[in-house]
This record gives sequence, structure tokens and C-alpha cells, in this order.
Amino acid sequence: MSTYRIHGATGEWEVVIGLEVHAQVSTNAKLFSGASTAFGAEPNSQVSLVDAAMPGMLPVPNRECIRQAVRTGMAIEAEINAWSRFDRKNYFYADLPQGYQISQLYHPIVGEGSLTIEADEKAGIPEDKVIGIERIHVEQDAGKLMHDQHPTMSYVDLNRTGVALMEIVSRPDMRSPAEAGAYVRKLRSILRYVGSCDGNMEEGSMRADVNVSVRKPGEEFGTRTETKNVNSVRFVMQAIEHEARRQVDLIEDGGTVVQETRLFDPNTGTTRSMRSKEDAHDYRYFPDPDLLPLELDEAFLAECRASLPELPDAKRARYEGELGLTPYNARELTAEVETFARFETLLAETAKALDKNEADVATQVANWSLSVAPGVMKSLGDEGDAAHATAARQAAILKMQDAGEISGGQAKEIFERVLREGREPEEIAATEGLKQVSDTGAIEAEIDKIIAANQDKVEEYRGGKDKLFGFFVGQTMKAMQGKANPAVVNQLLKDKLG
Amino acid sequence: MSVTREEVAKIASLARIRMAEGDLDKLVPEFNKILEWVEQLGEVDTSGVEPMTAVIPQKLRLRDDVVDADPLTAGGRRDDVLANAPVAEHGFYGVPKVIE
Amino acid sequence: MPTDANSLTDLGVREIRDGVAAGDFSAREVAEACNAAVASAEALNAFIVATPEKALEAANAVDAARAKGDALGPMAGVPIGMKDLFATKGVQTTAASHILEGFVPPYESTVSQKLWDAGAAMLGKLNMDQFAMGSSNETSYFGNVASPWRKAGSNAAMSPGGSSGGTSAAIAARLCPAATGTDTGGSIRQPAAFTGICGIKPTYGRCSRWGVVAFASSLDQAGPMARSVEDCAIMLGAMAGFDPKDSTSLDASVPDWFGNLDADLRGKRVGIPREYRMDGTDQAILDSWDMGAQWLRDAGAEIVEVSLPHTKYALPAYYIVAPAEASSNLARYDGVRYGLRDLPEGAGLQDMYAATRADGFGDEVKRRIMLGTYVLSAGFYDAYYTQAQKIRTLVQRDFEAAFEACDVILAPTTPTASFPLDSLNNDPLTMYLNDVFAVPASLAGLPAMSVPATLTAEGLPLGLQIVGPAMDEQGVLNAGLAIEQRAGFTARPDRWW
Ligand SMILES: [Mg+2]
Ligand SMILES: [Zn+2]
Repeated sequence: MSTYRIHGATGEWEVVIGLEVHAQVSTNAKLFSGASTAFGAEPNSQVSLVDAAMPGMLPVPNRECIRQAVRTGMAIEAEINAWSRFDRKNYFYADLPQGYQISQLYHPIVGEGSLTIEADEKAGIPEDKVIGIERIHVEQDAGKLMHDQHPTMSYVDLNRTGVALMEIVSRPDMRSPAEAGAYVRKLRSILRYVGSCDGNMEEGSMRADVNVSVRKPGEEFGTRTETKNVNSVRFVMQAIEHEARRQVDLIEDGGTVVQETRLFDPNTGTTRSMRSKEDAHDYRYFPDPDLLPLELDEAFLAECRASLPELPDAKRARYEGELGLTPYNARELTAEVETFARFETLLAETAKALDKNEADVATQVANWSLSVAPGVMKSLGDEGDAAHATAARQAAILKMQDAGEISGGQAKEIFERVLREGREPEEIAATEGLKQVSDTGAIEAEIDKIIAANQDKVEEYRGGKDKLFGFFVGQTMKAMQGKANPAVVNQLLKDKLG
Repeated sequence: MSVTREEVAKIASLARIRMAEGDLDKLVPEFNKILEWVEQLGEVDTSGVEPMTAVIPQKLRLRDDVVDADPLTAGGRRDDVLANAPVAEHGFYGVPKVIE
Repeated sequence: MPTDANSLTDLGVREIRDGVAAGDFSAREVAEACNAAVASAEALNAFIVATPEKALEAANAVDAARAKGDALGPMAGVPIGMKDLFATKGVQTTAASHILEGFVPPYESTVSQKLWDAGAAMLGKLNMDQFAMGSSNETSYFGNVASPWRKAGSNAAMSPGGSSGGTSAAIAARLCPAATGTDTGGSIRQPAAFTGICGIKPTYGRCSRWGVVAFASSLDQAGPMARSVEDCAIMLGAMAGFDPKDSTSLDASVPDWFGNLDADLRGKRVGIPREYRMDGTDQAILDSWDMGAQWLRDAGAEIVEVSLPHTKYALPAYYIVAPAEASSNLARYDGVRYGLRDLPEGAGLQDMYAATRADGFGDEVKRRIMLGTYVLSAGFYDAYYTQAQKIRTLVQRDFEAAFEACDVILAPTTPTASFPLDSLNNDPLTMYLNDVFAVPASLAGLPAMSVPATLTAEGLPLGLQIVGPAMDEQGVLNAGLAIEQRAGFTARPDRWW
């Protein structure tokens, strides 16, 4: 149970949040035309006659948009509707050339599903929580209006018009900004795993409509407002905080919340009423007569299912269960597609190099991937080139370390040179004197000298002062200029000190 | 059911058709006459009847995800899409300034 | 062989293309004759834009191809009119509306492109009811079209029917041998009947809707209009065919309708729908219907009575579905990307929309947009739209049941002959009733044709309608041919224009 509360003059209030996330489907062409979806093109250069709603133009759906929506639905274990249909949502606006958006109201392609947000004590999420997802439907994006290019005109760019979106509608199951933030992050992770959306919030590939209402705990839902197109996790959380506070203040001042569409201002972190959506309650939805019902056959659905990758929750469980990673490491490694992809490549490479099972090297590779390697990269900054850090080279370093040929410190040093110079780790170790001495003769000679020079301490040690063992290790390593294999040093010291 | 003048005015606003008072005077009775006539459909028992979704039984075809496969439905024709615009500047359509 | 201009304009599609192919006359001669006929018929107001140079250009290309010995298309050398609902690249396309005045499409509709590819030439863009909404051709922004027909002893201008009234007038007046029409609720068949010509609306999906200004998407179908059944068959063959750009296009091969024409109806059953005997139908219409049944019997068919119980509800259902779709289809005419923009002093975006649309749309278009907006609006959707679509299902089931008992259905095309322009203007409902016999086939997406049968006592043409099962244009054309052969309709309007 979330304990997030807004403190009002009349007591504590609970916030109720539902999110409608618009995720741009990763496709080459638009939902109903052949124009490109690439980001950042010249205005109106990616607009077909269909997108500009020229008289007589007709929509023909892009298979990949449908496929990605279905795969996304499968990833949240939702009901997939083999029979769905496109509806028109009618309203007038300059970014909507047809005068309607082709969307799905009555029969969406994906029905009921859910996702789990993870416990995060610090953020006030005491335990894992399942957030219901009501539906996912496919629809057209609108164009873009620019208001600051001309004193009396707004400019219209239709490049985005007709790009495919998935609208992922949650249940009003979230109770704090943190839960909403975690939901968006988790959803983004799933979409990126599936490959149905690049999750790039800066470029607008994911935007959330934030539905917020407040109530006294245990009472009925209050009237909600919908804040449109919020485009970062932080802004989603800010919009909720602001909107919840505003509603509480409004109600406590004797006012009532109006069900309306609002706009978030990222500069002030506040929301305000949106004038342009005054017909919002009468969209006159009806089935698009230019399109037939969408019927998906078994083969199509089977391909969608078969092409799904291992998803975040399953992967995390496997990392913990099969690879024996700590819950922390498992979560960190599975959060982002790039992270787990790099980890899994290095894991395979290392297991092969060491001729061991992945499970036997997983902890070593995980530590390397999450702390050692990023630490070195960070300290180098611009002086290093990440492209030099191939999986093969990193595996070679881990192999030398595993064999006791290099120390942890040497591993870092070698990796640093790999990043700077792009040379091979074995060659660096050999030519730069970055190898441990495991030759017992040389080490024994130094130990003998140290024992001879520190007889008093030897006596004390033998008398039970175990802590002095570290002193002898230190002295030996110092004498060996840090290049002795610590395991060999330990063993020899134990033998000699008795 | 008959509609009031205010309702007709509201529909006109929803349809974005400016209507002068005189237009409404003429339209309201006409509108009600037509509505009264179409309302005979209420006589028909349609329980258990599916509303028509496809005139001729057909499955919706899907297109391959290929950019600019057919020039007639392709992008990259800015001059064409702007050619008939009442106001086009710097590659944009121009409309009266919108306050959101 | 006829070579003077007058007789060239009397020729039909088959006669022209065969004559051009045989070298009896050149395509250019035909185009010149038709261009001249168009230029001399301004009183009919059948064309919004004439394109004589385009006609000559296409004719020259056909003549050149023939000279080289290249294969000629099925419409080679045939000059036609193009209803102004079809987008024509580089030529103004308005749907007869002020809101699209001056709109020059940078694209060509699939159907018109197919016709040019088949060797046809464009004489110009034909007048019509605005956005194809109307049954009399009185809703065009570019003025009424006058029928070439007049009542005996009267000078009153008569309606050529609608919405393809420019088409019907031009063909009946011998300005062109054939032209395109579109039919949403009778807009090919009713004007054909009013002007003594033939017209067929094929099965929904036969002709691509891509590039055709939309009225009601689930009903709109293009089709040919011409003076004979065989000319319709030839031209439909050139217009029809699968188009991947139209999601509702039928992915089916196009039969050789012309090659398979056969007026021998032995073994066929012709259904006479009981419910089409409605109050208010002219006796002349009922008489022509009986005559039509007799002709088909004479052609070998067995006449059977069938029942289409929901006929009465088809027209009101149509007046919900079609306006609903139109209200949405016509939302794109907003003054932003093409066509008219009306921007009153100090107006914002939404004011601009309302002013542009008030100024740009005609009264009938506004009426239907309003009706459509209303029936889709919050709280009314199920009672009106859903109910109408259910009735549509029932109408379709009626036909399915009827076609268990018969191969084609014979009915009148219209409840009356043509009427004088301006006579029904102030009564939308009476005007709508013109399509009472035509609309059921439209709601069910079925192929249907009108063929001239006879003249009324006042000397006005009457048509008979044949409706077939989905995909059976051949059956419809064959029955049409049987009627045509027996009706011997050779009447033509006296030239007054
Ligand atoms: Mg929404
Ligand atoms: Zn949406």
C-alpha cells in the first residue's frame, strides 16, 4: 500500500493516477501511408497525399504496426483480439488534416493486461505492485503546430501526421508520483525489449496523458483531469504532484474539479486548462468506413509470439536463479536493453575463454560490467574510446585475472590502456610489465628477507596475534612492487610462518 | 424526438458551420421533419442483428512496411502537398495563430 | 461509314473504338466532333471545365499508336466526360463545390487513370450535385444542369437526375458517347433513367475509390454511363480492377463482361420484389415494369415474385448512414491545405473553419453534414447509427434470401420520370424519395443497372432497374441487354440547346 498523501487543511488526501501512454511504433513507414517516419526531417517533407488528407485519399494499414502492437500486448500478457476495428475520432484542429483521427475505440486490438512495478523502499514503493492495463489500441499521430515563428500565424508541419502510435491505457491503479514514474520506466523497458518502440522520450516517441484525481482515503474516486502529452518520467511525476495539490486546494477552498484536458508547462512544473479541446466530450466515434475489420489469423499470432524476446521480469528471475546474481545486480543488468545485451555478450565470451559454465563466471562478469568497467570508463572520460572495449578484449582481461596472471588493479590498468590505445590485453600485460609474479622462488626469497628482518613480529604472530598476517602480506607485496600473485604470497607466508 | 433551435446551433458549432439566425430559422423545421422520418427505423426489431461492418465480406489487407513503395502514397512531395494551400510559407501551412 | 461530325457524335463506345481501330475515321476526328458538341452545348451546363486540348492530345496519341501498329486499348479513341468527383491531375477538381473551387490535384484517380490507360480521352469535368449529394443536379455551385429532354410542348428546363446529372445530360445530348458516374444511393441509375441512357453501378469494391472525392465511403461506387449496355460493359471493364491503395477494393479478377454478353435468359429466374409496389408510384412506371417483366420472359426467363421485407426502411437507413459518413469525410474541407479559405477579420482557427465551411458548402451539403453530425453525437449514436447499420444488415439478408429464389431482380429505377428544375427544391424529403428504389442495392453493395424502357405520355424517358447478387455484373448486364433489345429505345431529345 502506498502511503503517499497530500496534506490538506481538512486532512490527508490520496491521489489516484491512470496513465495513457502514447508510444510511437518503430516502423519505417506510417500507419496508413508509405511516407517515412524518420525523425527530424524538413517540414512537410515526409507527407504523402494520404497524410495531407487530399480529397479521395484512402488508408491502407501497415502490417508491421499491427504486428508490433500485438507483440507488445503479448509482452504484458494481455488478451489479443483477433478481431478488431478502426474507428474515427472526429474533431477539428490544424494538426489533424482529415478532421478525424483513425483510432480504435469500440474494438481495440489488445485487451486486458498488466505489468509489475518493483518494490523501491526509498521511493515509497514498499513491495512489488501489479498495475492493470486496460487496453492497447493503434492510432494515428497528429501533426505539429509551431506558434512562435510568425506574429499572427501558427505554422503546420504534417511530418508526424499518420505515424503509428500505440495508446497503452492503464487502470487507475497508481497512488503516488513514484509509482507512476516506475510504471512509465517499466513500460518503456518492456517496449524496448520487444522492439516495438524506441522509448525516446526527448523525440516524443513516448508521451503520457496523465489522469489525476484526489480523494479522501477509502472514498469514491474524485473527478479527474487529463494532462496531455507529458514527455518525461520526471515531468509525469511533477504534473501529478502539481495537479493533486491543485485539486486538493481547489476542493478545500469550496470549488469543484472540472473534468477537462490540461497542458503541462515544463518550465514551471504546473498545469493549465487547454482551450483548444472544447469539443472533447463529443468525438462522434464511428467505425471507419474506409477500412474493413482487422482479422488476425493463427499464423500471424504465432509468429508474433515466437518472435518475442525474453522479457525483463523473466530475465531478472533467470539472472538470480540460474546465474546466481544478487537481486541488485540482476535488476541493474536487466533494466536497459543495451545493458543486458552487452552483459550477455561478455558473459558468453568469458565463459568460452575460461572454458567454464556461464553460471560460474556470471558474478565475475556482472561485477566487471556494473562496477569495474564503468568506473574505468568514467575516470577516463573523453580520453577513452568505448569502441575499443570489445567483448573479446574484456574477456581476455577477465581470463588473465581468473588465472591469477594479473591482479585486480592490473586488470583496471590494462583496461585503461585498451580504452586509450585499442591494443590487445595480453600484449599490454606482457610488454608493460603488468603481470603478477607467481614464481615461488622469487617470492620466497623476499619472504625470507622479511622474516629475518622482523623476528619480533614473527614471534608475536606465532604467539597468537593473527592480525599481523596482513603486515607480512603487505611487506611482501611491497617488496614485489605489487606484482606478486596474492594467492601465492598467502600460501607461502602461511607455510613459512607456521 | 424533435430538436430545439439551441441543439441545432450546437450541432452546427460541432460541425464547424457558421449559422446565422436566418439559417437556423430555415433549418430547424427541416431538420425535425427529416429526423421524424428517419425515426421510423425505431419500429424495426433489430435485437440479435449485427450492425453491418463490411458491405462485401472481405478481410482487411495489410501493407508491407516499406517507405515510398508507391509514389502515389509516398512522402517526399512537399511541393505537391503545399501546392493548393491558401497559405504556405517556409514549407509550412499557415493558419491563424492558435492558442492552446 | 460516317465521317461527318454529327454522325461521329452519334456513335457509341464500341463503334468508335472499332472504327478507329479499322481506320474508318481517326481518333482526332472523333475528339474534334465531341469537342465541338461540348462547346455548342453550354445551355445544358453539363461541364464545369472543358479540356478540348487534352481530348486532342489523347486522340493524337491513339492515332500515332495505331499508325505504328501498336496494340490499342479497349477504349482507344473514345472521348469521355469525367464526373468532377474524380481527381484529375492538373485539371481542376471541385466535386461541384465552392469549397474546392480552384483545387488542382497533383494526382490522378485510379479509375480515371485506368480509362486513360485504356485509350480514352478527356473532354472535360462534368457538372454534378455538390459532393454527389442530390437527385436533380440542382445543388452544384456551378449551376443547375439542364436535361436535354423536355416535356412534350413545354420549354421548362427538366432535371437530368443526380448526382451524375452532368454525365447523363452530356451522354443523352450526344456530347460524348460515355462518361463516368458515381453511385452512392442511386446517383448513376436515377440520372440514367431520367435521360434515357444506361448506367451500371458495379458491386461495391469493383472500382477503386482512390482519388474519388468521398461522399459516403461504405456506399460510394464508380460506374460507367453510356447509351448502350455493351458500351457500359466495355467501359466498366476498363474502370474496374483491384487497387492496393483502396482497403475496400475487391481483390478479384475482372471478367470479360463485354465478351460474355448474352441476352438469352433461358434457365434464369427474374425476381419481382413485392414491396416495390409502393403508393405514389406513377402508373406509367408500373406499366413499364410489367412490360419489362414481359420482355424478360420473352428472353427465356422465368418470372418469380420475391420479397424484400425491409425495403421501406432502406431509404431512412441510408439517410443516417450516408450523412454520418459524409459529416466525417467532409471534415477535411477546412481551408488549411487546399480550396477555399474564408478568414474574417480577427478570426481564430476555429472561426476560420466555421466561416470557410459556411461559405464553401451548399445548403444540401450543410444539411447532410448537420444530420450526420447529429446522428453520431453523444447519446444518439446507438439509436440512429447503430440501428441504421443493423437495418442495413437486414436489407442485405433480404437480398440474400431473394437471390435464393431468383438470379436477378427487376424493378423500376425511379418512382417518377424527370421533373422540372426548381420544382422540388424546397422539399428535401420528397427529393430523397427519388432514390427509394435505388438505395436498397446501394446499402447491400450489389451490382445494379438502369436501362431505358420507354417514354411517358409526356415524352420523358423511363428506366428499368436490374439488381444482381454481389459479383454478378454479368447477370445484370445480360438481363439489361435482353431488355434493351426488346425495348427498342431509340428516342432522343430534340435539340434545343
Ligand atoms: Mg487519451
Ligand atoms: Zn490516443
